[in-house]
Amino acid sequence: MVEQELRDKYEVVIGLEVHAQLKTNSKIFAPDKNEFGQEPNSLTSPITLGMPGVLPVLNKEVVNMGILTGLALNCEIPSRCKFDRKQYFYPDLPKGYQISQYDEPICVNGHIDINGKRIGITRAHLEEDAGKLVHAGANGLAGSLYSLVDLNRAGTPLLEIVSEPDMRSPQEARAYMEELRDIVRYAGVCDGNLEEGSMRCDANISIMPKGSKEFGTRAEIKNINSFSALERALEYEIDRQIEIVEEGGEVVQETRLWNDDTRETKSMRSKEDANDYRYFPEPDLMPLEISREWVEKIRATMPELPAQKRERYQSLGLSEYDARILVEQMPLALFFDKVIELGANPKTAVNFMMGEISAYLKENHVEITETKLTPENLAELINMIEKGTISNNIGKQILVEDMITNGAKASEIVEKKGLSQISDEGAIKEIVQKIVEANPQQVEAYRNGKTNLLGFFVGQVMKETKGRANPQTVNKFVREFLEG
Amino acid sequence: MNELLRKTAAEQSKALKNKEISAVELTNAAFERIDSLEDKIGAFNSLTKETALQTAKKVDEMIASGEDLPLLAGIPLVLKDNMNLVGSKTTASSKILENFVSPFNATVTEKLLNNLVPIVGKANLDEFAMGSSNENSAFNKVHNPWNLNKVPGGSSGGSAASVSSCEATLALGSDTGGSIRLPASFCGIVGMKPTYGRVSRYGLIAFASSLDQIGPFARSVEDAANLLEVISGHDPKDSTSLNLPVEHYSEFLNNDIRGKKVGVIKELLGEGITPDVQKAMDNAIETYKKLGCEIKEISLKNLKYSIGIYYILATAECSSNLARFDGVRYGYRTPNPQNLMEMYTKTRAEGFGPEVKRRIMLGTYALSAGYYDAYYKKAQQMRALVTQEFNEAFKEVDVLISPTCPNTAFDLGAKSSDPLAMYLTDIATISCNLAGLPGISVPAGFDSDGMPIGLQILAPQLQEGRLFNFAYQFEQANDFYTKLANI
Repeated sequence: MVEQELRDKYEVVIGLEVHAQLKTNSKIFAPDKNEFGQEPNSLTSPITLGMPGVLPVLNKEVVNMGILTGLALNCEIPSRCKFDRKQYFYPDLPKGYQISQYDEPICVNGHIDINGKRIGITRAHLEEDAGKLVHAGANGLAGSLYSLVDLNRAGTPLLEIVSEPDMRSPQEARAYMEELRDIVRYAGVCDGNLEEGSMRCDANISIMPKGSKEFGTRAEIKNINSFSALERALEYEIDRQIEIVEEGGEVVQETRLWNDDTRETKSMRSKEDANDYRYFPEPDLMPLEISREWVEKIRATMPELPAQKRERYQSLGLSEYDARILVEQMPLALFFDKVIELGANPKTAVNFMMGEISAYLKENHVEITETKLTPENLAELINMIEKGTISNNIGKQILVEDMITNGAKASEIVEKKGLSQISDEGAIKEIVQKIVEANPQQVEAYRNGKTNLLGFFVGQVMKETKGRANPQTVNKFVREFLEG
Repeated sequence: MNELLRKTAAEQSKALKNKEISAVELTNAAFERIDSLEDKIGAFNSLTKETALQTAKKVDEMIASGEDLPLLAGIPLVLKDNMNLVGSKTTASSKILENFVSPFNATVTEKLLNNLVPIVGKANLDEFAMGSSNENSAFNKVHNPWNLNKVPGGSSGGSAASVSSCEATLALGSDTGGSIRLPASFCGIVGMKPTYGRVSRYGLIAFASSLDQIGPFARSVEDAANLLEVISGHDPKDSTSLNLPVEHYSEFLNNDIRGKKVGVIKELLGEGITPDVQKAMDNAIETYKKLGCEIKEISLKNLKYSIGIYYILATAECSSNLARFDGVRYGYRTPNPQNLMEMYTKTRAEGFGPEVKRRIMLGTYALSAGYYDAYYKKAQQMRALVTQEFNEAFKEVDVLISPTCPNTAFDLGAKSSDPLAMYLTDIATISCNLAGLPGISVPAGFDSDGMPIGLQILAPQLQEGRLFNFAYQFEQANDFYTKLANI
């Protein structure tokens, strides 16, 4: 690690290129299904295989998702965009070119705000994904005996989102990336899973002396497979570049590969070795005209985005922290929305969601949608607590024991097990009196100043009532009896 | 041979309907003819007997049950071997696809099969449709039925030679810069290139996507019009295909052309045109005058750039379209490559012929960083000017005429060592592709050696009906089309 003092001499400039795999039913230019985890080469029509004579036909749903994402990223959607061929040879690229968008992308000039800072989005363009190579007999290409080609992924639609070089720290880059992931997930266009590769990120990073206006030479970092890897790779790269400059050297423009096991980047190819992709307009596809009506039709379907959701949650009384954490976990947030739509108190709801429910999900490695808990049942439970029908503790207890695991309805469980709260003051007073009389020594001690024995008495009452007594009422009477 | 083979498709259809011959008999007759001639002509890369006879049988069943036959049902047809037909080898006359068997049908193939047109075989061509003499085939040389020492023209030389020699009645070719019209002219038959987008390209092995168009070969204009009707129409599988209704082109044939204006392209007369071809042109002009047309000379100043423009755009697109032939998934792969790069380079070096390599290199160069603006982009701009010039011309005239080629068929080998001379063969045909126009070549006479001469007629985009009308009127006013190669 380069010392902080040395680091402080430099400013870091980061821009990200993010590939989001769009969740359409079929591929971008072929009717094959767009699915993950199928038998190798089972999703390969002659079009996907690049057979002689086949032609691409653009999937309209891909355009819809492109427009939706562009709008979510505050982009302009030009009235015309077109497709181009990016040409290079590799066995996972069936046609010897990738159909992409070069100089007229579907989205331009957008931005998103990260903790109050605006990060520009230069453009977002549609393109097709390549297939996958499986290297046999080794972990990687090196040392492998032969390589197998799986073209199921070839032709999967991608939206490449290119940011401006507006980020100034690895943490900021991570925050941008996380926000982007949340946006595409809430927009419903991408799973946003870095580990599985449904979202991929290349980082351009350079350093310059603080106060300088001229960016340094950048390196492009590839093979970043998680948010923490993004941060680690950028931290490593900052140190590497600073060390070079401090030793009087020059950073060279190149593509570097991050290895998360060895925690370092290695040069993959220099600028001189870079491919000449020989882009030219794809003659098999007409330029795409996007009418304003089309854009507005898509805009009308825009779901609530993460930033709006966080704002709304805070306006409901959630803390900034709770709002943020909840939004980061989309299935929980969507569940929460339904629960409060059913009239449940948002603060009680979020406490359950972030507390017992999250703990259960974490322990059992499941998503909330995979449990038997329904928003209706949780809303009912919360309303019962609010009305004083049951205590908060009883609520927590049956939530985990009966509702999540067995799908029980709160009202039925309370009825069956007789768990409704005792709020009748006369009844509680009687029980408190009984407990006080049965424990004279503790009463004595309390009166002599050991006031923390209050909890003992409350506990005894709750034990006696199997937790059903209204805690506030119990407290009130215990104090009354003890303090006379 | 069965004399019916020499007749037009229209006449053969009549004979089928009148039960003078069955479709199976007609198809078998075609195969007998092919068997007896193929040694001399070399028009076929492969025969598709099974498919053809199956189709013919269905036609006979329909006839037996008294049903109306679809257009051209039972008429023997040849596919250029760059169009996919399930189960047949589709080689593009290239070693790299020598053993490639189509797993899917081209859209034109589907349409032919739907109309019960027996497909008798796959016709030889210049490798990947790149050439003007059919000498670039990796397989047989194709010989001109009018004189076996001459080329049939290219690139659809096999298609043209098979129809010209009555091995088949109809054929499909593809035309990127004249590849239908030129061999039609050299072989004395009708060959037509439709408006770009009129016929689906799905299943046609691409040479230059923005220029390629499939079109008909026949021994009469009427047959060509009917064949175009069968194969044209919007195809959702081809984004460049036009979403327009299919027209009944034969209904246009007898339209009155009196008072219409025929433009003669000034730049394609006089210098560079052989005297015999010039004479045929003079006759064509006289014919249209007699038919009551007004003749107008039209100058197309950008025409001289068309070969340059074409050889930048077509090669650029082909360098990209042919990248898929890499030995990974299908086709030829070099034996025992030591690494990936060697697999690519050797596969392609061994699989492609010299002309294909030349064009891939030219196109790769034209698209390279630093050259794109000077070549590809400039050529695109010039292409727009060529198109504009045609649009202006068609404000003044209804159709444009010129020789299809400045000369008649040349000897085999005469130009094969001089690519530039070969490229100039296409001077009259190329600009039509650049502008996406429909064009046709119709028999227009013979030179002193008895070799056929073609008249090219061009019409504005989407005016196929008008094109066939002018072609038919010319054809019927003369008797060139009734003369067949004596073989």
